[in-house]
Amino acid sequence: MIRRTGQPGGGPPRSAGHPPRSADDPPRRRGRRRAHRLPVTLLLPALLGLAFLVLPLVGLLVRAPWSTLSDQLTSPQVWEALRLSLVCATAATAVSMVLGVPLAWLLARTELPGRRLIRALVTLPLVLPPVVGGVALLLVLGRRGIVGSWLDSAFGLTLPFTTTGVVIAEAFVAMPFLVISVEGALRAADPRYEEAAATLGASRLTTFRRVTLPLIAPGIGAGAVLAWARALGEFGATITFAGNFPGRTQTMPLAVYLAMESDPEAAIALSLVLLVVSIAVLAGLRERWMSAP
Amino acid sequence: MTAPTAPPAAGSTAGGLDARLRVERAAFTLDLALTAAPGEVVALLGPNGAGKSTALRALAGLLPLGAGHLRLDGRVLEDPARRLHTPAEERPVGVVFQDYLLFPHLSALDNVAFGPRCRGRSRREARAEAAGWLERMGLAEHAGARPGLLSGGQAQRVALARALAVRPRLLLLDEPLAALDARTRLDVRAQLRRHLAEFEAVAVLVTHDPLDAMVLADRLVVIEDGREVQSGVPAEIARRPRTDYIARLVGLNLYRGTADGHRVTLPRGAVLTTDEELSGPAFVAFPPSAVTLHRARPEGSARNVWELTVAGLDLHGDQVRADLAGDVPMAADLTPAAAAELGLAPGAAVWAAVKAAQTHAYPA
Repeated sequence: MIRRTGQPGGGPPRSAGHPPRSADDPPRRRGRRRAHRLPVTLLLPALLGLAFLVLPLVGLLVRAPWSTLSDQLTSPQVWEALRLSLVCATAATAVSMVLGVPLAWLLARTELPGRRLIRALVTLPLVLPPVVGGVALLLVLGRRGIVGSWLDSAFGLTLPFTTTGVVIAEAFVAMPFLVISVEGALRAADPRYEEAAATLGASRLTTFRRVTLPLIAPGIGAGAVLAWARALGEFGATITFAGNFPGRTQTMPLAVYLAMESDPEAAIALSLVLLVVSIAVLAGLRERWMSAP
Repeated sequence: MTAPTAPPAAGSTAGGLDARLRVERAAFTLDLALTAAPGEVVALLGPNGAGKSTALRALAGLLPLGAGHLRLDGRVLEDPARRLHTPAEERPVGVVFQDYLLFPHLSALDNVAFGPRCRGRSRREARAEAAGWLERMGLAEHAGARPGLLSGGQAQRVALARALAVRPRLLLLDEPLAALDARTRLDVRAQLRRHLAEFEAVAVLVTHDPLDAMVLADRLVVIEDGREVQSGVPAEIARRPRTDYIARLVGLNLYRGTADGHRVTLPRGAVLTTDEELSGPAFVAFPPSAVTLHRARPEGSARNVWELTVAGLDLHGDQVRADLAGDVPMAADLTPAAAAELGLAPGAAVWAAVKAAQTHAYPA
């Protein structure tokens, strides 16, 4: 409470490393020159990197069959694939949220034994090649899989090579994005709000519903968009686990890949659609997490 | 280490708080007995890290007791020996947190309605109740505002309304005025005092500010290193501090020594002459303003005269506080003019005199 004057550390700014300058060499000129002369060894790879990222997209726009684009895009196959993609990505995101938010809560808010291992397992699909994920899903949920055979015999439920299978494959690769994002939001949210809720008589579930969820809503939103975008572009796990049946399991990325062999113009048109969707997602996220300096 | 809870002493069954809080943390152990009658306001006063907040969290049920017990209005809320721990959400306890922790996504009204809602009221009833509380706090026109739009003082009152809305039998306030600026603080302190006076159950407030504690509380419990070092009514503590921490808080020079009649001998041999007659271990206290400083040994009636060295100087309001080192280290207040005239500077020697009549001695 009592402030003492003359504390150490409050002295004048240190000038170590700056030799005294003569009047002929004003500091401002030095600074300006430094700002103008960027080192080439950094600038060149930086610009190359930028070109590397941007040029393919430019190429997509340049080579787009603009004259026949409207015909390409109005073909029922394109709409079928797009509709399926949007529906499946949205469903996969919903599954990820329903299962992923509680999972993130478990990781962030409880003293679960082996939490580090669980987090590592949750993150694994992030780095696992999606094809491997698809194979693994087949082994578990396939008709002869450990769980799949039981689902088949008990409920007559078949998951692989169905639209539900697409959703499962996409959720498998997309959910880690949501879990990581929500867990980060939970760790950033002040847990004392939850204590305050407890002192007001709120059970843990009520606290979660009425305090925690609203507090981390931005994190959930960002995680959901990330997961959705990841699900939308999913290819490897989908084609392995759900196959490539037009109208049933053929999502946009699969359609693009197939079209490349038979009808490159159609592939470009489909790619353009995905590009537009991606840009729309980025624009939607701008406020959330692209605004970092 | 605690034997099964002894039957409550006579008088403690009637109501109020009867607790012995023992919590072991890595850095220290809190071991504090705390009782309070309904309507009483008790302040836990202590330096940072003394265990005040730990005590508060234990009372709220946010931190389990290692040993001891906690009874409120005769009901046992916690008794580790019997593996009994009532979780926070089931305790009749309201908490005003240090930075209020108003839910940022809810309006002031919904913040206050949160508690009644959780305790089974319908949405409409809870809101009507909350509106009543806000009205009482003079915040009716801010009912729809989000906490981010409230001033510090308003947020504090919403937090108080939210805690009171659950009709607690124990109200806990954690540094209730610490987040406010000096001007708001005066105002809010007066209002808080009025609300606490009206509150019919036990209130425990935690603070490191002696003024807050003395204005708001009926009784102070001073804790240092997790233990009670002194307790009593504010005036008694201000007059007879028993530790250096409290002496500093209330602005007194404090010495502990052995009394024999009017003389108190300090451990290092210096002798203080006092008005009171005592024998055995004793404290002697006097305010920095009772000290007069002289360049040469003063003549006159003061028998407490020492030659000391200036260790530091500090401006306190319009007074200079001199930090004096020597046989009887002390703080002395004088005007800047007097300080200049004496040529006070760190390292300078100076004579300090204190009249016996201005010291106060009491048994240790």
